[in-house]
Amino acid sequence: MSDDIYREIILDHYRNPRNKGRLPNPDVSIHDSNPLCGDEIDMHLKVEEDKITDIKFEGRGCAISQASASMLTEMVLNKPLKHVKDLVKEDILENIGLTNLGPARIKCALLSLKVLKMSMVKYYADRDPESASKYENEPGAY
Amino acid sequence: MQKSALSVYEIRQDFPILKRKVGDNKTLVYLDNAATTQKPFSVINAIHDYYSNYNANIHRAVHQLGEEATLAYEQTREKVAKFINASSTEEIIFTRNATEAINLVSYAWGRKNVNDGQSIVITEMEHHSNIVPWQILSGEKNAKLCYIGVDDRGYLRMEDYKSFLDKSNVGLISLSEMSNVLGTIVPLNEIIKMAHRDGIPVLVDAAQSVPHLPVDVQKTDCDFLAFSAHKMLGPTGVGILYVKRKILEEMPPFIGGGDMIKEVHKQNTVYNDLPYRFEGGTPNIAGVIGFGAALDYLNRIGMNRVRDHEIDITKYAMSALADIKDVILYGPLDANDRGGVISFNIADIHPHDLATIMNERGVAIRSGHHCAQVLMERLDVPATSRASFYIYNTKEEVDIFIDALHNARRIFKL
Repeated sequence: MSDDIYREIILDHYRNPRNKGRLPNPDVSIHDSNPLCGDEIDMHLKVEEDKITDIKFEGRGCAISQASASMLTEMVLNKPLKHVKDLVKEDILENIGLTNLGPARIKCALLSLKVLKMSMVKYYADRDPESASKYENEPGAY
Repeated sequence: MQKSALSVYEIRQDFPILKRKVGDNKTLVYLDNAATTQKPFSVINAIHDYYSNYNANIHRAVHQLGEEATLAYEQTREKVAKFINASSTEEIIFTRNATEAINLVSYAWGRKNVNDGQSIVITEMEHHSNIVPWQILSGEKNAKLCYIGVDDRGYLRMEDYKSFLDKSNVGLISLSEMSNVLGTIVPLNEIIKMAHRDGIPVLVDAAQSVPHLPVDVQKTDCDFLAFSAHKMLGPTGVGILYVKRKILEEMPPFIGGGDMIKEVHKQNTVYNDLPYRFEGGTPNIAGVIGFGAALDYLNRIGMNRVRDHEIDITKYAMSALADIKDVILYGPLDANDRGGVISFNIADIHPHDLATIMNERGVAIRSGHHCAQVLMERLDVPATSRASFYIYNTKEEVDIFIDALHNARRIFKL
């Protein structure tokens, strides 16, 4: 099974992460960590006319968490920010090709999605606190 | 005195869990003993026997079940006192775990005895349970928390310690006898002698040492000693705090309630005698009784033999690990200076990925910061992998572990 998890593409994104680093003037930045593993992810976004025009991540942790973050940035670049609300965990797991992770390791794979969703909510909250709640997912929705 | 080697294969027969299969029908290779150890039949049976035959609350009931339960509970206290050579059972307090034992000291003793402007000295290789209580206390008391550094070989920087003793007004020294990450065994006798020269009390976090080494509190002359039953074949939910009697007599209570009192009136209470004054509420009776069976088991083997076995298997594992390319070992290289805890990293394989890959071979190792983030910062790593041994681990298991590491290297294309 490990041979299935640590496929070429995961190792490639782990060792050569895409969109890794900082942005000079991000419109929103958010940090979060996974207390179980200590994985850390920071997301930095540039947003223009409600579209994600640039995205970078910083982080450290296991191959699954870092490859997942790298692939997620590619997935949402140049997409509408609102689109992030509709992303569910299956989208991420399919995107990275890991659909049967155990309960402990699935948190590693989904940390970057959590941080991205937090970024979106903060972006709208900074601009219009009243309407921000409509971008929040129901607890446990993804 | 007889000192034949420990018969690991016979010992293994006493641990039902070692027979189970994990994952894809793989035999369990349990190398996470620094987190918790497995339990022999005798411990499981003692708990079963208590609940089946004499379950009752202790210290109060006059009926037969109550008397039997009280007797069994108090017998464990006697066994603990003997095991660490305390001068009396009055110095042995049962808590929930080692963490609670340390907190008992920080709340009950620390609040009264640590003063504004004093320093509390700990080390960079402490478990969070021996850091956070002192951060809380030093915040309340405006005291300073000082760290004895760890050198690049994993030993304490004794010059830091000397300098704290020379330059600061130290109220307490609290340190682990054996690191749960590096395995380092600290020079406890020397540390305590130096502290006592200045009249400073010393707390020993013995969560990793009492299960693996002979410990004698009168010989080391420590003032407080904390450890956990579950790391030495006993059940979870039982911690032990040893406190020197003369300190205990002056110590205010920790948790107020039933069992810790002699008389309660509307406005005042007369507290119970030692050590009951510090055991408020119904304790973990079954757990303490189970722990008694664990101590019997370890006494039958003898702690010197436990130690010899661990030195032997640690040497074997460290030399095999050193032969693997890109392995970084943390902590002392001399097995005589360390316990059976080996922390390591391999190239760019994150410890959580490694643990996942090892798990498929049935090998249970720990990965992460091991509740020692201050040490992780000192080592400048986010996490390490850790294999830790106990009396039932064999060299064949070490071979399976090493083989699984080679498999991880292959999967990561190293």
